[in-house]
Amino acid sequence: MTSKGRFGIHGGQYIPETLMNAVIELEEAYLHFKDDPAFQRELTDLFNDYAGRPSRLYYAARMTRDLGGAKIYLKREDLNHTGAHKINNVLGQALLAKKMGKTRLIAETGAGQHGVATATAAALMDMECVVFMGEEDTRRQALNVYRMRLLGAQVIPVKTGTATLKDAVSEAMREWTSRISDTHYCLGSVMGPHPFPTIVRDFQAVISREIKAQLMEKEGRLPDAVLACVGGGSNAIGSFYHFIPDASVRLIGCEAAGRGVDTPETAATIATGSLGIFHGMKSYFCQDQYGQIAPVYSISAGLDYPGIGPEHAMLHDTGRAEYVAVTDEEAVNAFEYLSRMEGIIPAIESAHAVAHAMKLAPQMGKDQLMVITISGRGDKDCAAIARYRGEDLSE
Amino acid sequence: MTERIRSAFQGKKAFIPFITCGDPDLETTAAIVRSMAQNGADLIELGIPFSDPTAEGPVIQQANLRALSAGTTTDKIFDLVRDLRKDVTVPMVFMTYANVVFSYGAERFISACAEIGMDGIILPDVPLEEKEEFAPLCRKYGIAMISLIAPTSAGRVATIARQAEGFLYVVSSLGVTGVRSSISTDIPSLIAQVRAASSIPCAIGFGISTPEQASAMARYADGAIVGSAIVRLAAQYGRDAAGPIGEYVSQMARAVHEL
Repeated sequence: MTSKGRFGIHGGQYIPETLMNAVIELEEAYLHFKDDPAFQRELTDLFNDYAGRPSRLYYAARMTRDLGGAKIYLKREDLNHTGAHKINNVLGQALLAKKMGKTRLIAETGAGQHGVATATAAALMDMECVVFMGEEDTRRQALNVYRMRLLGAQVIPVKTGTATLKDAVSEAMREWTSRISDTHYCLGSVMGPHPFPTIVRDFQAVISREIKAQLMEKEGRLPDAVLACVGGGSNAIGSFYHFIPDASVRLIGCEAAGRGVDTPETAATIATGSLGIFHGMKSYFCQDQYGQIAPVYSISAGLDYPGIGPEHAMLHDTGRAEYVAVTDEEAVNAFEYLSRMEGIIPAIESAHAVAHAMKLAPQMGKDQLMVITISGRGDKDCAAIARYRGEDLSE
Repeated sequence: MTERIRSAFQGKKAFIPFITCGDPDLETTAAIVRSMAQNGADLIELGIPFSDPTAEGPVIQQANLRALSAGTTTDKIFDLVRDLRKDVTVPMVFMTYANVVFSYGAERFISACAEIGMDGIILPDVPLEEKEEFAPLCRKYGIAMISLIAPTSAGRVATIARQAEGFLYVVSSLGVTGVRSSISTDIPSLIAQVRAASSIPCAIGFGISTPEQASAMARYADGAIVGSAIVRLAAQYGRDAAGPIGEYVSQMARAVHEL
């Protein structure tokens, strides 16, 4: 028996025996449907007619002028239906689950974007939906909790551990162990046991496929740098994937440093983590010397996760992608900057990528091209950012 | 070491209690283990706490957190076992998660297990597909790497059973650890699949709390494993748990040994 789903030394299937046949069945179904023209046609129709793809590649002229360096394009995943890139993966997995005869979707969510997307797909495809969300996050993202309920999903607040994303993942895994036959676990990022990191990446790869084609049309060439925020890393791998073979394209993942990588209140896995095994995969994790997973922190509920997807861990090992850490303060500044500069309010997650772009773009030449993936829109974050700035906003 | 595990199943059905080390402190754990040994435990599972135990229900999750907040570490647990092995001869296996072993250094961890007198190790998040990362080291140091089968293991039982060492942990039900009012899995059929492939002893765990359940389960197999019901006593009695847990173990062991 050999380990499957490896990205270099990372990945694998470190899960209870109870779930093994479920992931094997999922892999077989995926391998069957991924090359099935009818399935792909159905998915493309959903992407285009329901989610509003392709998402725009927008030239941010004011930001480009203001920063005085690279020519900046924004990949507008925030304009997708439900307001984030999460819908790409969810439509793919929900369609797959439906074909597998599953009638119930379960999911974890941090910021609530993946939960909302899953609840949306469940409504669309007439499936039952249960979303696990850290209790702390249900407070930070109350609006998204309401949206999920409005869409017909049941939201279960998770009180264990740090009551954030990692605990929501653990609880969703526990739930899946107890009910497998009618239930698909719609994992929200490029993490967990094989085949999830591959399936989620393939569904998100539409982002880089579009960027490549759109930039070719607008500029006739490849970008010099692609930036995206990284929690588990699904919008980042989606933004990077089709550029991996193009060595001239810098791929930069922006992690959440929280209050700083030299403080314990951080979620920057590549900067502060070490090799470990957790949530079904081998990868880098924030942990102590005994392998106890660290209680990470970020202002962004969506990046507040102590690990990173295994393919990113490999891209870091090989040096193909760079990973940088961005603090809460820098992200909040970028959140406000993009709002005023371009009239685009980014998700606080995406603002981490914008923050690094603000540092990097001025160092690049005017003839160079940068793409920043705006993975989601920031409406959901307004109350939290107002609080961060000392303003009590009642929604 | 694996010889000692075999002895637990010889001539009788085995009763296998579990306790989370360091809940609420390691002195209490030492007293509990000695009390289990004196009251008829045939093999003892020592849980090394993990921050995020994804295969556990709420009872053992909370025990893990209590143990970690009390400052329990892998090294302190190794010291505990060294001390216990001065007088406790019952076979003992660790139950923990892959990351606890991996982050310690798999070889360093497994060689330490052998040195302090452990007999085996159970890693619920290491299925057959990932076993080779740890199994060769376990063989090298004479530590049995215990495999698990579940009600959902269709098509995998024979392969797992043929590669199993020590004993086979038969998960009685879907879901996580925890007390259950009834167990609906077709256990006899699961055990029959194992028997057809291997002579490995089978112990059934997950959901067992009463002598009646233990007896019913052990009737089909070679032993019964009880975790959450004991950990619940540990939570209830705190530092005074050794006595009540001893009484409970005695009652449960009697039910299993009577068969």
